[in-house]
Amino acid sequence: MGERVNKSIIIALVLAAILALLPFGLPRFYVYLIALIVTFGLVSTSLNFVLGFGGIYQFHHAVFYGVGAYGAAVTIMKLGWSPWIGFVVGPLTAAFLSLVMGIICIRLSKLYFGMLQISLGSLVWVTVYRWYGLTGGDDGIHGVTVPELIESPTGSYYFTMIVAALSLFIMYRILHAPFGSILQGIRDNAIRSQALGVNVRRHQLIALVIAGFFAGVAGVLFVVIDNSVFPDMMFWTLSLEVTIMALLGGWFTFMGPMLGAAIIVLLRTFVSTVTDYWALVLSVVLVLVILFLPEGVLGKVFEIWHQRHPEKSAQGE
Amino acid sequence: MLLEVKNVRKSFGGFKAVNGASLDVEKGEIVAVIGPNGAGKTTLFNVITGVLKPNGGRVIFKGDDITGLPSHKTCKKGIARSFQIVNIFSRLTVFENVQIAVLTEQGRDLNLFTPSRKLAVEETNAILGSVGLIEKANSVCSSLSHGERKVLEIAIVLGGRPELLILDEPTAGMSPEETARCISLIQQLSAKYGLTILFCEHDMELVFSIAQRIMVMVRGSTILQADCATVRCNKAVQDAYLGEG
Repeated sequence: MGERVNKSIIIALVLAAILALLPFGLPRFYVYLIALIVTFGLVSTSLNFVLGFGGIYQFHHAVFYGVGAYGAAVTIMKLGWSPWIGFVVGPLTAAFLSLVMGIICIRLSKLYFGMLQISLGSLVWVTVYRWYGLTGGDDGIHGVTVPELIESPTGSYYFTMIVAALSLFIMYRILHAPFGSILQGIRDNAIRSQALGVNVRRHQLIALVIAGFFAGVAGVLFVVIDNSVFPDMMFWTLSLEVTIMALLGGWFTFMGPMLGAAIIVLLRTFVSTVTDYWALVLSVVLVLVILFLPEGVLGKVFEIWHQRHPEKSAQGE
Repeated sequence: MLLEVKNVRKSFGGFKAVNGASLDVEKGEIVAVIGPNGAGKTTLFNVITGVLKPNGGRVIFKGDDITGLPSHKTCKKGIARSFQIVNIFSRLTVFENVQIAVLTEQGRDLNLFTPSRKLAVEETNAILGSVGLIEKANSVCSSLSHGERKVLEIAIVLGGRPELLILDEPTAGMSPEETARCISLIQQLSAKYGLTILFCEHDMELVFSIAQRIMVMVRGSTILQADCATVRCNKAVQDAYLGEG
């Protein structure tokens, strides 16, 4: 087990070194694309925090991503406050919204939770879409000021990488602490957990707030990369895409959603240069995942690995 | 008196599932609840553990009125239960299953940052050892046999360090060998930890071999609570229950 931990630390360090050196060799567009992948990967990982590990069907997760971005943009552009304050306000707003929506939805189970969550999320979207005075309506807000330090493409790239890595690390720690173990217990069997003395609803609500917060962090990262926000960021189709990322990558693995985000974002970028029918391609991907990879790409990889090394298969991560 | 159930009633729509059930359990005793199918045994257990709110009557545990308290609170008071249908955490390992119970009992359920693998390891292994699942500690639960899952559920329940253990048909669906092992496990637990055990079961042999006292339920009502010999000889019980089987 110790060997495995050492190995994964080495892999992480090598990966970090490669990512740190990329801006020096790659054209600007690809640096932007990688930052985008990591941002979407963070949204998807935060969704998977409650979906794959919590068993909560949060169908409209992009709302918290959008609200995090808008929270930052509005604070900076409409209130004229420092961008750094905006970067904190965004995720906190998302976490607060997540708490409010969670309190309303949590009494419902599974699919009903998801349906009500979509409805409430769409309500937030409509509000943002219509409230020209505050949110700029369907135009959104453009040219959002960011601190000089991270204004350049390279600066925003490094900022994105560091914040995303930190967020992933915190979520990973939480999932491997008692809170996370019990969250997975609730996913597997809520009745059993309740009978053990776990306050199931409170536990799920806290998980939802954490997930909403980190989706909001991803929203801030998008503002840093793109300097703009627009209502599509919280439209339900984006939530669908984020969900597919998690399912495709492997929703019972921690890094699965990041892998799924890489596949989907790359696919979208290159498919869009060939055809307008991106949604069609996406739906085919979804069908293939459901039929052939019910546990996702990374889930499949682990499965094969465990079959080949049955003696080492202590725990899947 | 550890547990007193007084004239509990619970109906679903017009159907009176439990209609005047009474029961008392002394500390350290093994008490069985028997009755034909549909007598309301599981419903009674659900009322005691707070899964269901009764329409009337009282449940008193260690002198406190716990009637209608939700199940995560009755658990904190010291009542733990297993279910008729196996209820375990199927994607987690055997070790993690029991560890969750221990962590919750220790009040660490909201600990966000200490790695779980360092916590409650000894306690968890001790429980796995006492039920004979220690070799399977790192197996994922979905690979266990039905009998092992039932035993695992008892292990999970022990993780909560209960004073009163409620088992809903602990041997249902087990093979004869598994049943025999389960019986000796229950007797061991009672002897070793001084656990008070309340259980219901269809297997009469099992009931008479381990229960010290028996409560008989028919159509939702208690008709008798007494020691085994008295229950065996009672005319009403024979008519209502044993005669049919």
